[in-house]
Amino acid sequence: MTTSTAGAPGCIAVAFRGDVGQFHLDAAFTVPAAGLTAIFGPSGCGKTTVVRCIAGLQQLPGSFCAIDDEVWQDAAQFRPPHRRSIGYVFQEASLFPHLSVRRNLLYGAPRAPLAAGREVIGFDEVVSLLGLGALLERAPHNLSGGERQRVAIGRALLSQPRLLLMDEPLSALDQSARAEILPFLEKLHERLALPAFYISHDIAEIEQLADHLVLMERGKVIATGPLHELQSDPTLPLALAREAAVSLDADVEAYDSADALVTLRVGDSRLLVPAKPKVAGARQRLRIAASDVSLARIAPNGTSILNILPARIVSCSTIGPGERLVVVGLGTEGNGPRLLSRITHRSWDTLALAEGMAIFAQVKGVSLIAGSTAPG
Amino acid sequence: MLEISAEVWQAARLTLALAATTTVILLIVGTPLAWWLARSKAWWTEAVATVVALPLVLPPTVLGFYLLVALGPNGPGGWIAGAWGGRTLAFTFSGLVIGSVLYALPFVVQPIRNAFMAIGDRPLEVAATLRATPRRAFWTVAVPLARPGFLTGAVLGFAHTVGEFGLVLMIGGSIPGRTRVLSVAIYDFVEASRWYEANILAAGMVIFAFVVILAMTMIEKRSARLRP
Repeated sequence: MTTSTAGAPGCIAVAFRGDVGQFHLDAAFTVPAAGLTAIFGPSGCGKTTVVRCIAGLQQLPGSFCAIDDEVWQDAAQFRPPHRRSIGYVFQEASLFPHLSVRRNLLYGAPRAPLAAGREVIGFDEVVSLLGLGALLERAPHNLSGGERQRVAIGRALLSQPRLLLMDEPLSALDQSARAEILPFLEKLHERLALPAFYISHDIAEIEQLADHLVLMERGKVIATGPLHELQSDPTLPLALAREAAVSLDADVEAYDSADALVTLRVGDSRLLVPAKPKVAGARQRLRIAASDVSLARIAPNGTSILNILPARIVSCSTIGPGERLVVVGLGTEGNGPRLLSRITHRSWDTLALAEGMAIFAQVKGVSLIAGSTAPG
Repeated sequence: MLEISAEVWQAARLTLALAATTTVILLIVGTPLAWWLARSKAWWTEAVATVVALPLVLPPTVLGFYLLVALGPNGPGGWIAGAWGGRTLAFTFSGLVIGSVLYALPFVVQPIRNAFMAIGDRPLEVAATLRATPRRAFWTVAVPLARPGFLTGAVLGFAHTVGEFGLVLMIGGSIPGRTRVLSVAIYDFVEASRWYEANILAAGMVIFAFVVILAMTMIEKRSARLRP
């Protein structure tokens, strides 16, 4: 945790302390200034306050905030929000009702050219990325909830931010509008090298979008790190949850069109997953739930399960009266990416499993995120 | 055809000039005041709001009396008037404008303040996150969104100035062409048993009031339709 007085290059470092309404906020973390960092925690744990402090909309004296080498707040200074290069997407779209979609989009567009070396996010690019072409001359009150939120995201991007802040942008939307926006957020993430914070209390959104994770609880940060690392840490609530899963970023290695199976490489392990045609070399995020992974001491044969991967037991924790959560590392040495497996006490005892033991992880289900969900 | 005397026209012209000047000054003074009252979190904000609202309750003659004292030769008004060689601001057009502004202030400030408060913090926060300086946010977001409040305030301020009697009589008297406005003229005509002129003026005021209220209702309906 950094509370130094200078910004660290390539990092976003914050430390916010102070009384906020009902609780005491004490949130300090440093994350890379790249990719999407999700802030996750139960409602009312201070996530929104942290993001408002980063934006400068709320001021907690004695706090610190630095993006890359730019210090936005420390003991000596507080930069007002309009002088911070942020794009803020609020929970409700908050479009200006008196301006057309086009004028909303352009409201924050810089009137002077940007400093050299900063890539410009073009108007046409944003319009096509977010599918806004047909909406440009419309008034905000004639748009659906999903359309409004897309305009709000576009408006934030066109202010040419160095950091995008999104405060549960999907939570005010119904299921179909969410499904409409999530692919846009993913495209955004792929196409723009723009660091972003994304608040959510919906783990599915985080599994789909996040690279890094800040876990919060009652005003405190309880863990910070790469998503996959926190998901597979048995001391954190994520791994112990009923719907625990890990997200992995895989490379598409080959596609077998005869059987409609894609070969995905994660570390040194390979997974076969039924899927629509994929291009070799593409990146693919997958989700493997703890309940879809079982363990075997010897490689089983005569099974319908395609993915049986050598692995090593890293740790084991009790998660209920009859069950254990086992963390395994893929690869014969167990130093590859980690998976979670939920098994019964009886299986653990019957198989005489132990930490450090080489085993086989049988993966029954792999979800390809941003694509079809299918059993493996 | 109705025959309208020069005196009536003179009073009407003077009234319009007074109401227009007063409304312009009220918008210039009232807007920052309404903005401050809407945004300030200081504990004494409501005390200031109450002072602004006093003319709603006070008899206009009370306000007129104090103004007469203040504007007279021995008050600050006389002192200011002395700067350009006058003796007093009482019984002058400028004196009437000052009185009308103070009297109509709550009718202008309150609708604008309410409109600013109805906007809430969010649109201004959005503007700030889009690099808008507080000044730009005020002009491009707060003012356009509070437009119905400005219209209501301007119409009310204008109409109340046209209709004011007691205050005008106290500080202006009834000098034809200088301080004799419509409401005072009606009174004078009645005093002089000139019922015809009084009738024309009174009927004109009824029509004016009707048009003002109707116009305001239509404006409010229309802007309500434009809001999401």
